[in-house]
Amino acid sequence: MTLTPMLTRQWAEEQSWTLDTYTSGGGYRALTKALKKEPGDLVKIVKESGLRGRGGAGFPSGVKWGFLPEDDGGPRYLVVNADESEPGTCKDIPLMMASPHVLVEGVAISAYAIGARHAFIYVRGEVVHVYRRLLNAVKEAYAAGHLGRDIHGSGWDLELTVHAGAGAYICGEETALLDSLEGRRGQPRLKPPFPAVAGLYSRPTIVNNVETIASVPAIVDNGADWFSSMGTEKSAGVGIYSLSGHVAQPGQYEAPLGITLRELLEHAGGMREGSQLKFWTPGGSSTPMFTAEHLDTPLDFEAVGAAGSMLGTRALQIFDESTCVVRAVTRWTEFYKHESCGKCTPCREGTFWMTQILQRLEAGTGTTEDIDRLVEVCESIGGRSFCALGDGATSPIVSSIDLFRDEYEEHVRLGTCPYERDASVLFDLPEQEGAQV
Amino acid sequence: MSFPADVAERLGKDAEAIISRYPDKRSALLPMLHLMQSEEGYVSPDGIAFCAEHLDLTPAEVSAVATFYTQYKRRPHGEYQVGVCINTLCAVMGGDRIWEDVSEHLGIGHDQTTADGKVSLERLECNAACDYAPVMMVNWEFFDNMTPDKARQLVDDLRAGKDVRPTRGADKVEPFVKISRVLAGFEDGRAGEGVGAGPASQAGVSRVAGDSTARSDKGGDR
Repeated sequence: MTLTPMLTRQWAEEQSWTLDTYTSGGGYRALTKALKKEPGDLVKIVKESGLRGRGGAGFPSGVKWGFLPEDDGGPRYLVVNADESEPGTCKDIPLMMASPHVLVEGVAISAYAIGARHAFIYVRGEVVHVYRRLLNAVKEAYAAGHLGRDIHGSGWDLELTVHAGAGAYICGEETALLDSLEGRRGQPRLKPPFPAVAGLYSRPTIVNNVETIASVPAIVDNGADWFSSMGTEKSAGVGIYSLSGHVAQPGQYEAPLGITLRELLEHAGGMREGSQLKFWTPGGSSTPMFTAEHLDTPLDFEAVGAAGSMLGTRALQIFDESTCVVRAVTRWTEFYKHESCGKCTPCREGTFWMTQILQRLEAGTGTTEDIDRLVEVCESIGGRSFCALGDGATSPIVSSIDLFRDEYEEHVRLGTCPYERDASVLFDLPEQEGAQV
Repeated sequence: MSFPADVAERLGKDAEAIISRYPDKRSALLPMLHLMQSEEGYVSPDGIAFCAEHLDLTPAEVSAVATFYTQYKRRPHGEYQVGVCINTLCAVMGGDRIWEDVSEHLGIGHDQTTADGKVSLERLECNAACDYAPVMMVNWEFFDNMTPDKARQLVDDLRAGKDVRPTRGADKVEPFVKISRVLAGFEDGRAGEGVGAGPASQAGVSRVAGDSTARSDKGGDR
């Protein structure tokens, strides 16, 4: 399957982030087209395109928009989830840095489609240059009449606020994000009501991922059929695949949904020299891991699900045989413990105890009973925690024990980790004094 | 305790500008806390009181928020917040080694600051740059494809007061208080600096542009 740049198309251009660059490539043409249509027709186009949420869950975007109640004359909001933090996921941040206007245009069209007159982009706070580029793009868009009052002479107004978060993985969960945007601790809300009914300030709200909203201009410009002609029947269109780790050329590869890791590795020059694939995540650390057996699994929602994992955010973290899986999983679990918001007991306490158990297993001081205990604790968290963070925390543990139980047991048997850490690093060791930068 | 009158007046104008961005005043709290850090380098009791007063909240409500988010510091920190990503991908690719090395080099651990007040060190979770692993951040600007040597040089340069240039970001790293002001939503005019996407981010699109076989690639394994 070939690479198909849609959102990444202009990333390599000079001054790719400016309004001039974007409009020279046809930017804001879709907005003009959209404003001549009825909002309901735009919802229909997005529905027909088959676009599914690109933030991990894969819910059909047009259907989500359709959940909004009838206009009651009060405000409704569009909120873009730009809190990209799922380990391995690194597509939205470069998109907003390199091509922020494609997101701004997507916001303008989407807000018009759902009847929102105030939209927000909630970007994580730990990426200051991305925030600069967004602020600048919004300023340019206002000045050019793509935002603000009477957009393109249509009589329609839209205000767009770019909001910086302050460091909390949990704010990627849509209701935690809304609480955070309201100036509170970012903790998930009980659903229902879903945000479409009672979201920001308890008003109807659509929360969509960056890549989802940024896909809207191309769909409106080229048509629903064009988009759905790419990808698979149920996983339409293209998506950005993020390859990281022990590959020759890590990076962002935009391709039709359904491409395989084997094909992606061909584009990325294969594994790093002389190394063999050991395990990988198809969609971030919260998705059960795969091995070389899954090289030919089509990376779409259905096929990845059928193979026992989730497409998630298409964050392919790739590890070769030099990597200790127990170490990798221990570190991910420490992450979930650090990021657990503390609201519900299974996640707050469970991630704490799983970290303790994994740390001793990695150090070689654990027992085989510890391995079973880990699985038991996971059963008490998965499906029993308040939001998906708890479920996600169990994925690497359960899948790795399933695939690599021998390796856990080897740690117990040897009383130490059998892996040499320095064999996994990407730079030459020992470091040479004076060989700087 | 409170800010001197002139400082309070100046910050009050900034607070008004922030509040005006939102339909509901309380939404201004996160940027207001960034603003407090732009004044004092951390969120002090004065900063808490200021936010509470301007947003009609209690100091306890503001503190509850300030303590939830890792970017807010509750005591004085260094001029440069240096983070090493130690989440799994970066850690395995060399982040652990870099962390151990730079921590030993500076003689400080996580959430500690050098005696000269220049550098605070932090173990970072994933910062969405995995294709550039191992990654470091200085005042929330990207330092990609790091090595122990480069990391040591970086912190030495920061402590020596030299200008330091991120891999992807502004032309030079600004002090923490200046970056905090940007995070409060006040532009510093540096959006036009630096690269667009960066080499790894554009690996796919560059391959399509540069390699005509990529476009017609059969890729027909399926």
